[in-house]
Parts: sequence; structure tokens; C-alpha cells
Amino acid sequence: MINMKEKEPENKENKKNKLTRRNFLKAAAAASALVTLGACSKTSMEEFLQGHFKTLTKKDLKRVLERLEAEYSKKYGKKFSVSAKPPIDGTEFGYALDISRCIGCRRCVYGCADENNQSRDPQIHWIQVLEMEKEKGIDFVHSNLYYNHDQVPFEGHFYLPVACQQCKNPPCVRVCPVEATWQERDGIVVVDYNWCIGCRCCMAACPYGARHFNWGEPTIPAEKVNPKTHFLGNRPRMKGVVEKCTFCIQRVREGLYPKCVEVCPVGARKFGNLLDPESEIRYILENKRVLVLKEELNTQPKFFYFFAT
Amino acid sequence: MNFFRFIKESFKIVIRGNKWYYLWIAFLLILIGWGGLGYLGQLKEGLIVTNMRDSISWAFYIGNFTFLVGVAAAAIMLVVPAYVYDWKPIKEVVIFGELLAISAVIMCMLFVMVDVGNPLRVWHMIPFIGRLNFPSSLLGWDAFVLNIYFLLNLCIVTYLLYKLFYKKEYNKRVLLPLILFSIPMAISIHSVTAFLYNGLVARPFWNTALLAPKFLASAFCSGPAVLLILFQILKKTTTFEIKDEAIWKIAELMAYAMFLNLFFFFSEVFKEVYSDSEHIVHFKYLFLGIGENRDIVLYGWLSVIISIIAFLLFLIPKTRTNIVTLNIGAVLIWFGVYIEKGIALLIPGFTPDVLGQIYVYRPSPAELRTAVAIFSVGFLIFTLLTKVAVAIVFEGFSIERLKREKETVPPAAAETA
Repeated sequence: MINMKEKEPENKENKKNKLTRRNFLKAAAAASALVTLGACSKTSMEEFLQGHFKTLTKKDLKRVLERLEAEYSKKYGKKFSVSAKPPIDGTEFGYALDISRCIGCRRCVYGCADENNQSRDPQIHWIQVLEMEKEKGIDFVHSNLYYNHDQVPFEGHFYLPVACQQCKNPPCVRVCPVEATWQERDGIVVVDYNWCIGCRCCMAACPYGARHFNWGEPTIPAEKVNPKTHFLGNRPRMKGVVEKCTFCIQRVREGLYPKCVEVCPVGARKFGNLLDPESEIRYILENKRVLVLKEELNTQPKFFYFFAT
Repeated sequence: MNFFRFIKESFKIVIRGNKWYYLWIAFLLILIGWGGLGYLGQLKEGLIVTNMRDSISWAFYIGNFTFLVGVAAAAIMLVVPAYVYDWKPIKEVVIFGELLAISAVIMCMLFVMVDVGNPLRVWHMIPFIGRLNFPSSLLGWDAFVLNIYFLLNLCIVTYLLYKLFYKKEYNKRVLLPLILFSIPMAISIHSVTAFLYNGLVARPFWNTALLAPKFLASAFCSGPAVLLILFQILKKTTTFEIKDEAIWKIAELMAYAMFLNLFFFFSEVFKEVYSDSEHIVHFKYLFLGIGENRDIVLYGWLSVIISIIAFLLFLIPKTRTNIVTLNIGAVLIWFGVYIEKGIALLIPGFTPDVLGQIYVYRPSPAELRTAVAIFSVGFLIFTLLTKVAVAIVFEGFSIERLKREKETVPPAAAETA
């Protein structure tokens, strides 16, 4: 707007110029009318016009984060922080899960839900623990997600927790029509909840059932909500968008372990930097019997399963 | 100016009609209102009012979308013989095929819109303004080709009717390339829709190269089946004319298409059953059920049996030329393909889900109501467009007649009338 006005005196005053200026003023008037119309819900207008995460300038991003912090703080009555911390140079995260240790207690499932602000009603769980028969081995069709025993591990069974496998060749990213999901430099596949249109192509494309949709308005009790959040991770979501495990992006980019690693009572979960030759994860990959799920699909997961004993 | 006049006069035609016409329009408007209120509930509460869940994340809406893409694509099947081979009997009929295509594409887009979790954000898909994931997203391609196909058909039909209205010969140099272009476009809208499923490595039930050919074959049955029935309704209710010869020809083409469709189906069944890999579980679910979950089995068999009966009815010349058996065949094909493209494509594709779990899906009342609203919108658009087309093509409604009428009636009287 300012630019146009500055340029004007340079142009010779002719009819054409006047016309364009008049048209411009008209458009500006229309636009401002539109803005006034939407003024009753200024934030929702801002949200509607918010650009894709990758196109936001530093200034825009700061504004967006402040808006979200204010919005969440008001909603839950807690001071929220929403970070947009970028990947740490020289990191590519990998995960390993010891099948021989896992007892199927589902502490990771609930720890994850608490840490990552998953909706309690309707219930969303990023980690799904499958109970499988030892006799059959890893066999999804005969597995049971809804096992309910008095005590675990149940005789003759083993457990396979599945969440996002953080594929190197992610089919979900390929199919998204609006680039609302992508792989970050540190290998984490993230979602811009403000850009996702909710078409669910990624859910049809994911071979691991890792993507979950907010079918209804997500609800989290205020006392349960985790106010320390990341824009691409655990900040509260809205209805109609897809969400998924981010390796606890809000923690791992600060040098912490993902919550599930921390809460696992038997130490079945290992996490680290694949680019660091001294890391525990590299030791496991080099020295243990390791497998990935559905290897034949060429998704190249960075989530490995292994047998330590 | 001329074009404006054409639109104005067309509008006058649309608002005039007999008692039955008004009743039909009122009926559709009531359905739109009733269904639309159901959709409002979904807008407010979210897609939770549907019975889709994480295990079956696309269902009734996307099934209808897939079926209607086929209907839209198949309308062009009639264009091929009419224009390329200059086959007279169905030439006028082509206009109605294209009107059906326009209505079907609109319904397609509406079904995608209601399936999306954030309809307000659909602008994110517009190139340059939003951030279209081109070329890797098939949904992006699908939206693109559907829009092109819609505009193309709209242009062709409007141009034809406009020229007819002014009693001018149409310019073949303009029209023919457009029509020829619409043929690959028709094939692409349905192929791209098939690729939307086909390219998903996670879903072995769809991850078969036969999916796109199968889509085309079945569309070339269901689209003309819809038209056959519509033509007969139009013949009864308006001055619409069609030669029996044309209807039989269409029925014969449908028999060939149905043969291909069944052949592709049996090829797939053979491959799955004989190789007996873990992927057979989806076929098992569709035709035998898994454990106590056998609801879908009825639909699986129904679509196959119906398709075979319809194929025989259309194949045998005696039943093809008999109006009763022909109509039975058309209705059966319509049902067969509707099941095949909807419930029998989507549900076994998602069941068991990628982690082997079974979720039993039935469309919720909200989904049914929304679908009723969308189909009613489609029928309404088709009715209005057809009203204009029938008047121009069969009732001699034209600029000349309007002028003549004006000359015979004094201007003052005309105005009061």
C-alpha cells in the first residue's frame, strides 16, 4: 500500500493511472469492510488467514506464537509457552524398542497422552500397544489392541507398541494435498495444525496407523493440560485436524528424552541421535538383532524393534 | 449482450413449469433443507457425528464421490460415437450426457467438501495462493482435473445451446477440439481418482494396477445406466425424443464394459485366492466375513451377482431390446456399481486396518442426511439445466420464436401478461 503511494508521483497523471488508483481504493475499501465484518472475531479471522508455517516470517511467527499462548492461557487458566524451536544441527533422531522387555503395561500410552495434550474425550492415543501370540510372531491380523487382563504380561503373549515410525520415506507426506505435513531436518515428521484441511489422505497412506484425527472438539481437563508446548508438536489441537507422535519434539529439541522413554518401567525404550556414533541407539543398531515393521513397503522407519535378550 | 439475453431467457424457462415441475422442485428443496440441517450439525460438532473413525477414515462420503466421478466420466462415452463417428441418433443426447456430467462433478466436489475436516481451509489447495502439493499429491491432481473437466463441459454445453438458441451453425473448429479434449479428460478424472487409492502402499486391497482400468470399465456401465433411466423419464415427462436404436446401442456398449469389469474382477479374485498371501484377508472380509463380523458379506455378493445378471440382460439382444428387461438391467447395474464403488471398495480397503484391527462401520444419520442433501442439489441442477436444454433442443425455443411472439402480441399486452 505504502509502496504504491510513493511510486505515484513519479507516474505521469493520465486516465489509466487514475483508474487503477480508483480501482485500488475500491478494493482497499472492500477489504477493510471485510475486515470490519470479521472484527467481531478478530482472532478467528487471523487464524483463517494464517500462512503455512514455512512461509511465516520471523515477525509473523512471533505474533502467531503470542496469539496462541494468549489463547491457550485463557482457555486453560495456565501460563502457556508455545515454542517453534528449530532442529539442532547434526541430529537425526532414532528410536529402538526392546520387544523382549516390553510387558504391555501401557504406561507409555498414558504418559504420552499427558505429555502431548491428547484429547481425553474423544480419546486419542498416539501409542497403540498390540498384544500378539508368541506362537504366531509379529502378525497384525491376529493381534489384539484391546487386551484387558488383570496382570500383564499375559502368558504366551508378547507386546508390540506402535506409534509413528518416523519414516525416512514417509508415504503420509507424499499424499498431503497442501504440504501441511513434512519431515524436519532432524527426521521428525510434523503437522502444521493450522494448515491441515482434514482430508485424511495421510491416514489412508500410513501403514502403521500412526495418524489420528480429531473427529470432534478435543477436550483436556485444565488440571491435566501440559502448558509447555511446541508449535509443531503438543500444543492443543482443534477439531478436524490430524495429529501424530513427534518423538516429543518439545522435549527432544531441548535435549530431553521423549516422555515414553522416561516412563517405561522396564527400560524397553531407547532413543538417541543416529548421527552420533557413540550414541546408545547406534550401539543397538550395530550389535543387536534389529527389525523394522513392514520393511517391504520401503518406508524406511527410524523406529527400530530389537531383541536384547 | 447476446449472451446475457440467452441467460435471461433461459432463466425465464427455468421458473416456468407445470404443477408437477413445481412439485418436484419443491420436493428437492425440502430434501436439501432437511439434509442441509443435518450437515449443519456436522459443521458444529465436527466429523464425530459421522461413524468414521481412525480405523475407517474414509467411508460413505468418499464412496459416493468415487461413484459420481464414474458417472461424470461416462457421460463422455456417449460423446465419442456421436462426434468422432458422426453417429446421428445419439447426437442430441450428448448434450444431456454432458449436463449429467456437470451435475455429477458438482456433487463430487460437494462430497469432498463435506468429508474435509476444515472446509474453510480448502483455499490452501489453490495454487500460488495456498500451497498445493504438486505434483505428488493425488488429491491435488484430482481437484485439478475435476475442475478442468467441469469447466470444459460447461463451456461445450453452453456454447451448443447458445448457438441453437440463436439458430446459428456452431463452429466446428472451436467445438471439435474441445470435445476431443474432453475425452482424455474424462478418462483422467476417473484414473486419477483410482490412483488416489491405488498409490497407497499401506492398503493392499487397493494397491493393484487393475484398479484404474476397473474404475473405467465400471463407470462405463454405471454412467450410461443412469442416462438410460433418465432418458426414459424425460421421454415420459417432457418432449424429449430419443430413438430406440440409440438406447439399444448404448445398452450394447454397456454390455462390453460390464464384461471387462467382470473379467478384471475375476482376475483379481484369482490372483488373491491362488497366491493366498496375507493380503487375502480383505477379500475374505468382503465375501466371507471375519469371525462374527459378516455384515458386509451381503453387499459383497450382491454387487457381484447383480452385475452378472445385468451383464446377461444387456448381452442377449432379446432382453436388451425389451424395454422391461432393459430397465431392470439398468437399475441392477446402477445398484451393482454403487455398491462396488462405495461400500465394497472403501470398507474392505480399511478392514482389517493397518494394525489388523476390525472396526464395523455403518453410515450415521448425519452422513445419510448430508448425502441426501448433496444428491438433491445434483438433481436440482440437472433438472434446471435439462429444462432449458429440452426447450431449446426439442421445443423449438429460440430467439426467432421470441421475436415472432413479440410481433403477434402488442407490446403493452405482452407486458401485462
